[in-house]
Amino acid sequence: MRLKGRDVIEITDLTRDEIEYIFELANKMEKFAKSKCSLLKDKILALLFFEPSTRTKLSFEAAMLRLGGNVIGFSEPSTSSIAKGESLADTIRVVENYCDGIVIRHPLEGAAKLAAELSNVPVINAGSGALSHPTQALLDLYTIYREKGRIDGLNIALVGDLKYGRTVHSLAYALTYYDVNIYFVSPPELRMRREVIEDLTKANVRFKEYFEFKDDVLSNLDVLYVTRIQKERFPDPAEYQKVKNSYKITLDLLKKCKHDVVIMHPLPRVDEMDYQIDSMPNAKYFIQTYYGLLVRMALLYAILGDAPL
Amino acid sequence: MEKHELKVQKIKEGTVIDHIPAGHALSVLKILGITGREGFIVTIACNVPSKKYGKKDIVKIEGKELKVEEVNKIALIAPTATINIIKNYNVVEKYKISVPKEIVNILKCTNPSCITRSEREPITSKFKVISEKPVRLRCVFCNNILELEDIEKQVSEKY
Ligand SMILES: [Zn+2]
Repeated sequence: MRLKGRDVIEITDLTRDEIEYIFELANKMEKFAKSKCSLLKDKILALLFFEPSTRTKLSFEAAMLRLGGNVIGFSEPSTSSIAKGESLADTIRVVENYCDGIVIRHPLEGAAKLAAELSNVPVINAGSGALSHPTQALLDLYTIYREKGRIDGLNIALVGDLKYGRTVHSLAYALTYYDVNIYFVSPPELRMRREVIEDLTKANVRFKEYFEFKDDVLSNLDVLYVTRIQKERFPDPAEYQKVKNSYKITLDLLKKCKHDVVIMHPLPRVDEMDYQIDSMPNAKYFIQTYYGLLVRMALLYAILGDAPL
Repeated sequence: MEKHELKVQKIKEGTVIDHIPAGHALSVLKILGITGREGFIVTIACNVPSKKYGKKDIVKIEGKELKVEEVNKIALIAPTATINIIKNYNVVEKYKISVPKEIVNILKCTNPSCITRSEREPITSKFKVISEKPVRLRCVFCNNILELEDIEKQVSEKY
């Protein structure tokens, strides 16, 4: 399998085989994740964050450093030449001369795609616009695979803000490669985007939309993927209060689920889950970030590394 | 002889675009970038009776043979159009237009947070045609879908 030099803009830029190759690499990365190695020694990764995202940036940075590589970049456009009005295109054409690969986060949709068209070094999308966040989808899939031992055959619920949350869109696309049942549970205002629904239908994915939790759905679930519902999405604060509680994951709600249901969350979270859940074996959202490190190490090595591992 | 032939004379050399949906001839010319200031003779007939469509528009462009790629751009608003290439008063080539695979630079993405909408970037819009009847387009950059009504609205505003 050869991924060297590849851009990863959408999760669908990778095939199922390539995704599973990255998972194999991620398994191998475990031995380097707690101590440094020199697999990417002398390589430089540029992290261009045109929109702040501390968690994703830290994860990529740690991944590169664990591989023995170096990082340059910025975390916010206000500290860079962007604030002075430089275009994304110019930034890319300058930065590509300083590095072996670019990781980009941008508020506009398609920004990473534009960067990849212009850049001579590979570009990894670390989130652009509302739809794509391929490395998050990879780490979500990897978490399911690690915790459940498989992805095919599972019943997976995506809960919360399915309209603006970019992680759920990328994950939904990633799941089109697998034989799964997907349940979308959200307030009607925040239901899954029509274009995603259309693509899932075309890909013959089995999915259903719900505006509330149903007992027969809960009792079937293998994975509960929870996302944050943001206050700003509601013009009426009272409406938000009402909605927020009906999608909250409580201990009572979990009693209706299988004993080994896996609970995931892309983080950050506010109060969409009872804190008592954190100490339950079902809570996988912190180990999810560790899996994220492994997956990003694997991806960086696959794209920038010189020899197969 | 069809009735419209009485209204629009035969041309010696050039291109006849027939079966344009009624009322769209001017838009077709604008999409083709023909302003009338190029110097060649352009004849436009609007709302000509048509057996197949009730009414249709016809455009005749003398002395200019339009290339296929050029003509296919009009498929967005005139998917029923047929092209006749005329040489020495005879139709030497006749074909139906087909929707191109990609539409570059003609339309604007309707997603306000699409990178192609950013004025700062040196970027042209690009859409993949995902369906031909009706025409539906998908932005290559942000995946937003343009429905036929979005396309018609833009074309009529722009042209
Ligand atoms: Zn777009």
